[in-house]
Amino acid sequence: MQTNAKVIMETESTDIPVDANSAPKVGAAPKIAARNLNFYYGDLQALYGIGIEIFEKRVTAFIGPSGCGKSTFLRTLNRMNETVKNSRVEGQVLLDNQDLHELEVSEVRRRVGMVFQKSNPFPKSIFDNVAYGLRINGFAHGRADLQARVEESLKRAALWDEVKDKLHDSAYSLPGGQQQRLCIARALAVNPEVLLLDEPCSALDPIATSKIEDLIFHLRDSCTIVIVTHNMQQAARVADFTGFFLLGKLIEFDATPVIFKTPAKKETEDYVTGRFG
Amino acid sequence: MNVHLIRRKAVNVAMLSLTGVCTVLAVGVLFFILGYLVWNGGTSLSWNFFTKLPTPVGEAGGGMANAIVGSAKLLLLATLIGVPTGFLGGVYLAEFGGTVFSSIVRYTTDLLNGVPSIVMGIFAYTLIVLPQRHFSALAGGIALGIMMIPITLRSSEEFLRAVPMALREAAMALGASKTTAVVTVVIPAAIHGIATGIMLALARVAGETAPLLFTAFSNRFWSPGWRQPTASLPVMIYTYAIAPYEDWHRQAWSAAFVLLSLVLIVNILARVILSRNRHVRR
Repeated sequence: MQTNAKVIMETESTDIPVDANSAPKVGAAPKIAARNLNFYYGDLQALYGIGIEIFEKRVTAFIGPSGCGKSTFLRTLNRMNETVKNSRVEGQVLLDNQDLHELEVSEVRRRVGMVFQKSNPFPKSIFDNVAYGLRINGFAHGRADLQARVEESLKRAALWDEVKDKLHDSAYSLPGGQQQRLCIARALAVNPEVLLLDEPCSALDPIATSKIEDLIFHLRDSCTIVIVTHNMQQAARVADFTGFFLLGKLIEFDATPVIFKTPAKKETEDYVTGRFG
Repeated sequence: MNVHLIRRKAVNVAMLSLTGVCTVLAVGVLFFILGYLVWNGGTSLSWNFFTKLPTPVGEAGGGMANAIVGSAKLLLLATLIGVPTGFLGGVYLAEFGGTVFSSIVRYTTDLLNGVPSIVMGIFAYTLIVLPQRHFSALAGGIALGIMMIPITLRSSEEFLRAVPMALREAAMALGASKTTAVVTVVIPAAIHGIATGIMLALARVAGETAPLLFTAFSNRFWSPGWRQPTASLPVMIYTYAIAPYEDWHRQAWSAAFVLLSLVLIVNILARVILSRNRHVRR
């Protein structure tokens, strides 16, 4: 079985490895690239030789059955996996051609924001949630600037109209879908270049889900988005590119229509047609 | 209805009544004590009790103003010693401690918590009273403060651990360091529980008598500063209750009533203040 990973591994000479066979051809530059990435939880290997290029200002989705490593891979892209004890990473992840491990971890996480599966607002007011990242990173200059940035972030997350009259209420007073959009607003406040979404809709109803999908659609103009999803229709709806993971390997990565209509690999076809998973 | 079903229903009724009776008993004891205190202590309470010094035997009237202030001073000192140490120790254990060292500290703290209060008294007596050659409020406050450390530490640790991992991750995903995440998110999220733990610790030591008998001792007059023996409500209750004077017994009841009320008021106040800025997950 020849995966993308192997192909990319073999072309070490250039700065940005390009796999002529399966790399999607677009006019966008790669924002993040992984090279021969292995990841271990203790003795258990969770990722095998992942190689991929994620394009700037595009939406990239990862699909695959539970436990296939797609979330683990997502969490290597902002070094969140380092918080897991006894974990180990091999290989490289490049952000704008710079190795993540050569950067300060706080800088990586500022530039690569993350939204989690279950909405996790802080037990603070709606305003303070969005202001959090600005405050700890010292991004806001004075109270007026802070307020303006919070408002802008809430507008980008399409939440402003729903919360503008109750900014100082507890974030927990919001319904689930709004809590998740608040988490997106909180992540957007520090102006991340990349936004990682780890199954952001898995706990939401269809209406809340469609709002988040609309949001993703609009955010791609300003942000590179990587989304992990269990829901294949969701990937088909929102993503420009889709990667299929199986047992810790990236089986196939291509433009979304290719993955869903004319996949190159048998495993991908079996999964997207619902023969397993 | 078959026999099996009838038996099950009978057992259900019997067990339900049993648990009900036990609940009523447990709550009943508390309310009995409270009622008895209010009946005996509340009725003989007068304004003088809060403003006057104790009178000599045989002389009517008088109060325990010095003991109320003394208790407040002892608890203040105990809080200053016990709360920062216990709280910061709890933060360390919950957030930064390794596995081996943490479990040693945790076990030691539990042992400290189990040390009888009179032993704490001897400790403070040997360490402070003997070298200084006099009883003092300082020694009493330190004895109580050491007793507060393990309670505060363990409750702080428990409440910090109960903060969901997801909140730490959310903070770190925004570029916060571990320390920043703990200070700005984890501790604020747990503060309500931690404060409750501190209140419990305070309530627990507020009634301690044994360690005060030979550290703060007692005093029938005002005790300015920290270097003199001071009266305190628990020791006054003890002294007055075992005295052979009817008048003193009534004052002992009043002191018990006041002690309980003070603890309750502090508790309620703390809850009110904290609940103002509370965020409850739906």
